[in-house]
Parts: sequence; structure tokens; C-alpha cells
Amino acid sequence: MRIVVVGAGPAGMAAARTAADAGASVVMVDSEPEAGGQYLRGRARFGHAGVTHLKNTEAWLVEGDVLHVRRTDLPRDETSRLADSGWDGALDRERLSQDETSRLAPGPRRLRFDALIIATGAYDRPLPFPGWDGPGVITAGAAQALAKQGVTLAERVVVTGTGPFLLPVATALQDLGATLVGVYEASSPTRWLREARAITANRHKIGELARYRKVLPRLETRSAVIAKHGDRVTVAKLDGQWRPVSHRTVQADLVCIGYGFLPRTDLLPDARRTGDFYDVDERQRTSVENVYAAGEVTGIGGADLAEAEGVIAGAAAAGQDPPAKAVEAVRRGRLFAQALARAHAVQPGWQTWLDPDTTVCRCEKVRLEDLTDAVSMRELKLSSRVAMGRCQGRICGRNAADLTGVPFDGQRRVIAVPIPLGELAALPEEKS
Amino acid sequence: MQPDVVVMGAGIIGAACAQALKARGLGVLVVDRHGPASGTSAAGEGNVLVSDKEPGPELGLALASRDLWPELAEDAEWEEKGGLVVATTSGAVVPLQAFAAAQRAAGVDACEITAADALAREPHLNPEITAAVHYLQDAQLNPVKATRTLLRGIEVRRTEVSKTDGRSVMTADGVISCGAVVNATGPWAGNFGVNVLPRRGVVLVTTPIPGTIRHKVYDADYVGAVASGDADLQTSGVVESTQAGTVLIGSSRQRKGFDDTIETKVLKALARKAIAMFPMLSDVPVMRAYGGFRPYAPDHLPIIGEDPRTPGLWHATGHEGAGVGLAPATGRLLAQLFTGEDPLVDPRPFRVDRPEVMV
Ligand SMILES: Cc1cc2nc3c(=O)[nH]c(=O)nc-3n(C[C@H](O)[C@H](O)[C@H](O)COP(=O)(O)OP(=O)(O)OC[C@H]3O[C@@H](n4cnc5c(N)ncnc54)[C@H](O)[C@@H]3O)c2cc1C
Ligand SMILES: Cc1cc2nc3c(=O)[nH]c(=O)nc-3n(C[C@H](O)[C@H](O)[C@H](O)COP(=O)(O)OP(=O)(O)OC[C@H]3O[C@@H](n4cnc5c(N)ncnc54)[C@H](O)[C@@H]3O)c2cc1C
Repeated sequence: MRIVVVGAGPAGMAAARTAADAGASVVMVDSEPEAGGQYLRGRARFGHAGVTHLKNTEAWLVEGDVLHVRRTDLPRDETSRLADSGWDGALDRERLSQDETSRLAPGPRRLRFDALIIATGAYDRPLPFPGWDGPGVITAGAAQALAKQGVTLAERVVVTGTGPFLLPVATALQDLGATLVGVYEASSPTRWLREARAITANRHKIGELARYRKVLPRLETRSAVIAKHGDRVTVAKLDGQWRPVSHRTVQADLVCIGYGFLPRTDLLPDARRTGDFYDVDERQRTSVENVYAAGEVTGIGGADLAEAEGVIAGAAAAGQDPPAKAVEAVRRGRLFAQALARAHAVQPGWQTWLDPDTTVCRCEKVRLEDLTDAVSMRELKLSSRVAMGRCQGRICGRNAADLTGVPFDGQRRVIAVPIPLGELAALPEEKS
Repeated sequence: MQPDVVVMGAGIIGAACAQALKARGLGVLVVDRHGPASGTSAAGEGNVLVSDKEPGPELGLALASRDLWPELAEDAEWEEKGGLVVATTSGAVVPLQAFAAAQRAAGVDACEITAADALAREPHLNPEITAAVHYLQDAQLNPVKATRTLLRGIEVRRTEVSKTDGRSVMTADGVISCGAVVNATGPWAGNFGVNVLPRRGVVLVTTPIPGTIRHKVYDADYVGAVASGDADLQTSGVVESTQAGTVLIGSSRQRKGFDDTIETKVLKALARKAIAMFPMLSDVPVMRAYGGFRPYAPDHLPIIGEDPRTPGLWHATGHEGAGVGLAPATGRLLAQLFTGEDPLVDPRPFRVDRPEVMV
């Protein structure tokens, strides 16, 4: 039984461990040099005798029972030299030792699987406002990454967005020496009053808030940054629909934006979804045969839910019944995830923050007034070029859909990551 | 008020028909299940080519179309960039030159140029090429914008047609009565009585490298692939930049129904052919791949005219890999036949009652 896991975050690590414990031969790939994912990167210390962890390895296409991957950390010339020599890599062998992993050749490779587990997580969603494409504006995730690198920030920063992840980001920035001017949460905290059931089932989450007590005094709800010009940042008080009702100016050098998350679902363009997320059954099975999904690709609910889903996916993929403890954790976690989605849903009033010439798509410099009256995402892209640039709409696609009323196509890319043409040309011949 | 004509399909062909009918004073309603340019017309490359056509009725239609496009394609990224066809093997030299000579006799502006000339025009071209022909008439546009431009001032209703008798269409939102119906449903045209089948094609798109590739450049074996009906994968190298600086790399041809899964063997074949022409592309990342289904008739000619079995039902379809290039002349020809004007080209080769087409 050969199981391939994509993603070494809480979900992927749990899936890999559980499947290996059940006796499967497991390969876990992640594009980063360290396991841990968004939250635990650098702190996870993943190690399991039954799991081969391929670092710096991107998955870019699922084709039948083959996952196509590529190494990202080797110089290009070496990549093409090896590819030219027809070296086929060791990956198609039944089992890899840790030793072989380190000698794994660069370039395109195929990993055959009996079951595949997608645990690729999510990335932040920014919302545009006048000035968001200028200097001094980053996503909350990028801020978290800076924090992990340990740079010091002698700057005045504001954090704006929605959801509980704003607090760890603000804390991390403050720990780097930045002066925290404000944390602006667009939603109203009273929305959580309707979520008693989810709160009762997840009392430990309230406890986590204590970790962020240093930044809580800076937290302002029903507020958002709606413009930035130089170091002058406009902060608005919002109504329930997020339309500004009043505003003031604060001084800040850096604005950090995070309006929730969009899942990285590119690897299965045709899998069934609800909204942006993969649909999974009680065993984390997607609608694609032999392919499972776990973690934030199925819904946003924090690292413990991601981990519990990983356990279930790993067990199910290896042909075992999921442990009762994980099933219970997933039940509770999903209550929380659903409450989170409701309480911090992006409200349409953000669309009034933009001016006609506000950039919507940074890669292609598409402004609000350039968006056409298209009826499909494809027509919108081809007629305005929105979402056609380097990021392929990961940052702007969803926002452009909301701004025009076009149905969002849920990030259906057929190539999950950019791949040099030379690597495509060097793909191993198919064995048919 | 009841429309004179309902055009089924808001692809580039339906849009061109609607535009030409409206220009003749007819009341036109376009219906499409997904809206303008939601099918094949958003899935291709937007080349307006004469270079890939051998002398014959399709070339005649292409030349007529080429004359019509410039005034219709304003705001649609129209670019008269010219095409460069290169032979990459010594065996391909003679057939390419013979092909170009025959085209010249049929009115195509095809200049044989030396390899050195070709390199001067396309500095990143593989210096090993063995022959080259420069086609001055080849042009390019953005097919989605062109479709939208053609449809200006014309009502497009979003609904799916289930049936038509030539005097009405039955849609998901009720029956629309009309004077006549045009079937411009592209690869789905077979649902309305003509033998049109889908032929899969895939295109790769790179990250932007503006100014690097100037013409539409393709491998001389393209010509062979266009005319063939083989189900197996065929690829030929076709490389060009868009105005955004991305490079489009096509194209493949496969008959596999409406199966749209991406196969790595197709990506690999496309990549190899493109690198053979432009070695520097090897290091350029591909951002995405997309594809569509070319609508083709078994005899590889478009179908334009009234259906003798169903008076009032007209067809404008089967344009395979050339619908963008052939759209304006198709629209005009259909409208001329409809109103009894003299046709701009001989309509007989495209008639509906060909044995391969009527099924
Ligand atoms: C700023 C911030 C603060 C947070 N704070 C907390 C907190 O305090 N408590 C909490 O519970 N949760 C927190 N979270 C949420 C937590 O990060 C997530 O719940 C958790 O990481 C989700 O786990 P996952 O395994 O689904 O995805 P991730 O952790 O995102 O892991 C996905 C992995 O997949 C890899 N990957 C993606 N695509 C590919 C590909 N094509 N090929 C190869 N590899 C790929 C990525 O490199 C990544 O390592 C925070 C998140 C953020 C952004
Ligand atoms: C990869 C690729 C590259 C290409 N490159 C070029 C090129 O460079 N140059 C060129 O000239 N051509 C090219 N082509 C071919 C060109 O794209 C097609 O010939 C052309 O788009 C066909 O247009 P159409 O309007 O007939 O079909 P479509 O654009 O498919 O339009 C048909 C419309 O009918 C609608 N429809 C279908 N059934 C129904 C129904 N029952 N009810 C309501 N609506 C319906 C569909 O939604 C669709 O919008 C390429 C094609 C491919 C696949």
C-alpha cells in the first residue's frame, strides 16, 4: 500500500504518521524545506521511520494514480543536465530510505500512489483598498513568515482584517519590536453570541486568547483600514455590512491584511466543492477516487481540527477505521469552523472602499474600472486580464468575482504551480 | 416583439452571424447557456491565419475574412504581426516551399526567406532551422474581446436550448418564436442535426516575457496535423506572444470526446516542440494550461447554410481550428444567403447537404 501525502502541515504530518503506523508505505511531499506548515514551521521536528519526507518538492499535477512533483531547491542547469541524461529518479521504487531521499534528483518526477492525501492548506485573502498595492502593505501570512525569520521591525504597524488569526500575527509583529498602532477587526464580536454551541464544544479556544493579552488592548472591532497614502492610513468604523460610517487617520509604516483564508485546491480541479472548499465524507474522501483531503482545504478551523482530519484521512487511506478520538475532535472542530465562517464572513460593504482607479489585480495592474460586465470568470479574465498574471488569481480572483457578481470558479487551475517548460519537456515517458 | 432570427450560441461564430444579420436590418436575439464566449472561443489562441490553409474553399473563406477583420476587431487587441513558418528538418524544406508556392498562386502573401532573415526577425529562433516562409497576412486578436465587440448592441439571453424546429427554440425558460434559427453551437452543434464532433486542443501559457517573440511562429508539420482525422495525439509547435507578454504554446489535436483531463504526454509533446524552435523557452515557467474542443465536420470544412430538412434552421459551425479567423466571412456569407444577396464566396462547398454532414 503506497500512500502519498501532499503538504507537511498539521494535517499532512498527522495523515502521514497515522498511515505509516497502519503499515502503509508513505511519502510526504512539501514545497518548503521544513515540515510544520503555516503554523508549526520550524517547530515541528517531523520524523517517522515509515515516512519519507521529500522537502523542497512541489506537487503540480495529479494524473490518474500518479502525482507529478518537482524539486525546487536545485540550480536549473543541474536540473536540466540530469533530465537530459534520462535519469529517472528513485521515486517509482516501492520504498525509499531516508538516505535515498537526500540524493533524490532534481527536476520532474512521478510518484505512483494507491491513495493520495491532499493537505495543502490555505493562503490569506487580502481585500483591496486605495493604496494597498503600494509599499508597506503585506498579507498577514507574509508577516508571520517575517516573524519566523526573526527580522526586527522598528516600524509602526497596523493589522487589519477579520478572524482570530489577526491576534497571533499582531503578537508576532510586536515581539519583533514593531510599534503596534492598532488591530482592526472588521466584524462585530456580537456575532459570536449566536454561536453558543460551537463555543461550548471548543472552550479551549477561549483559553488560547490569553496568549494574546499583550495585543488585546489595541484591538478595535467593526473597524478596518480602508486607504493608505504614504504613512497616513485611513481607519474606518464599519456598519454590519462593512460600509464605512466614519473615519480617522492614523500614522503607520506597515499595514498587514488578512480577511480569512482561501484553500489551495488547485491539485484537484474537478473535485466536488462546497463554496471554495473540497467536499469530503466522514472518511475525508473527496469525490475523486482514492484521493482524500484533510486540513484547511476542507474548511478553516485551526491547527487541531486540521490534525484530527489528517488522522482520519491517514487511517482511512490505509484501510483502517478512524480512531474515535479523532472523529470526536473533528465533530467539535467543525462546529467551530462553521461558527468561524459565519462570524467572520466577508461582508459586501468592502466593495465601497475602492475608487474607480483602485488596483484589483496587482500582477496585471487591473483597476476596478477595468473590470468588464462579463458573466463568467473566464470571460472576465480574458476581457480584463484580471487574475491572468503571475499569481494566477490566487490573490485577486475571488475579489474580482465578488466585485462583478460573476460566479467564482474555485481556483480550478490545471497546473498547480509554475513549472519551467524545460521540465515539462523532460517528463519521464509514460509506461502504458 | 418576436425576433426575426434567434442565434443559438454566443461564440465567435454566433456573434459574427448576429452582427451581420443585424447590419442587414434584421431583429436578432442571441441565446447561450453560459453567456458570450463561454465555449471554444475562449479556449483557443486567436490567430487569424491564412498560412496554414492549402488552396481551396477554406482558404477563400479565410482570405475574405482576413479583409473583414480589421474594421470589426477594434478594441480586440488586433495585431498584424505576420506569421513565420519554419522547417526544422532537411526533409521538410521541399514540402514547405511547394506548399507556399501553391498558396502564392492562390493569392496568399507568402515570402520564402533565408534562415538568416528568419533569425533577424526572430532573434531567439533556433539557428538550426532549414527553411522559413514569412506570411504577411497572418494576424492575431483576443477572441473574447472580439466576440464581445461583435455582440455590441445585440441582446444575449442566457438560457439553454433543448430543441428547435427552425421557427422557434425551446429553452429552459420557455419557447421563443422567431422567423429563423441559426445553429452556432460550436462543438455541441451535433445536438441540432449536423455531424459535428469535438477535437480536443491544449495550449500552454508562460509567465510574461514581453518582446521576446514577435511573430506567430510555427513548425512546418502543423499543416499535416490540421488536415488529418487521426484520433491519436498530434502536436505541432506553435509559439506566439500575446499583448500581455505571455507566450502561448500550442497546439495539440486529439479526438477523445468531451474529456477535458490534462495529460502530461500532451504537455511534454508541446514543450518539446516549442523548445526545438526557441531553445530559450526551456527556462521560462508555464503558468497554466487550458484547452477546448474544436468543432469539426468529418470532411474538415465549415458548414454554412440552411438545412434542407428543416426550413428555417440554418447552420454556421464546424470551423475546427480556424473559427476565429473564419468568423466574419462566415457571418457575412450566412447573412447574404439569408437575405438573397450575392455571396462573397462560393457557398456550395459549405452547404449542409454534404453526405458527411447530414446524419
Ligand atoms: C498567521 C497565522 C496564525 C495562526 N495561528 C494559529 C493559532 O494560533 N492556533 C491555531 O490553531 N491555528 C493557527 N493558525 C492556523 C494554522 O496555521 C492552520 O490551521 C494549520 O496550519 C492548517 O494546517 P494544514 O495542514 O491544513 O495546512 P498548512 O499548515 O498550511 O500546511 C500546508 C502545507 O502544504 C504545503 N503545500 C501546499 N501546496 C503544495 C504543493 N502544491 N506541493 C507541495 N507542498 C505544498 C505548504 O508548503 C504547507 O507546508 C494560524 C494561521 C496563520 C496564517
Ligand atoms: C486549443 C485551441 C486553439 C485554437 N486556436 C485557434 C486559432 O488560433 N485561430 C482560430 O481561428 N481558431 C482557433 N481555434 C478554433 C476556434 O476556437 C473555434 O473554431 C471557434 O471558437 C468556434 O467558435 P464557435 O462559435 O463555433 O463555438 P463556441 O465558441 O464553442 O460557441 C458555441 C456556443 O454555443 C453555446 N451552446 C452550445 N450548446 C448550447 C445550447 N444547447 N443552448 C444554448 N447555448 C449553447 C455554448 O455555450 C458556446 O458558447 C482553436 C481551438 C482550440 C481548442
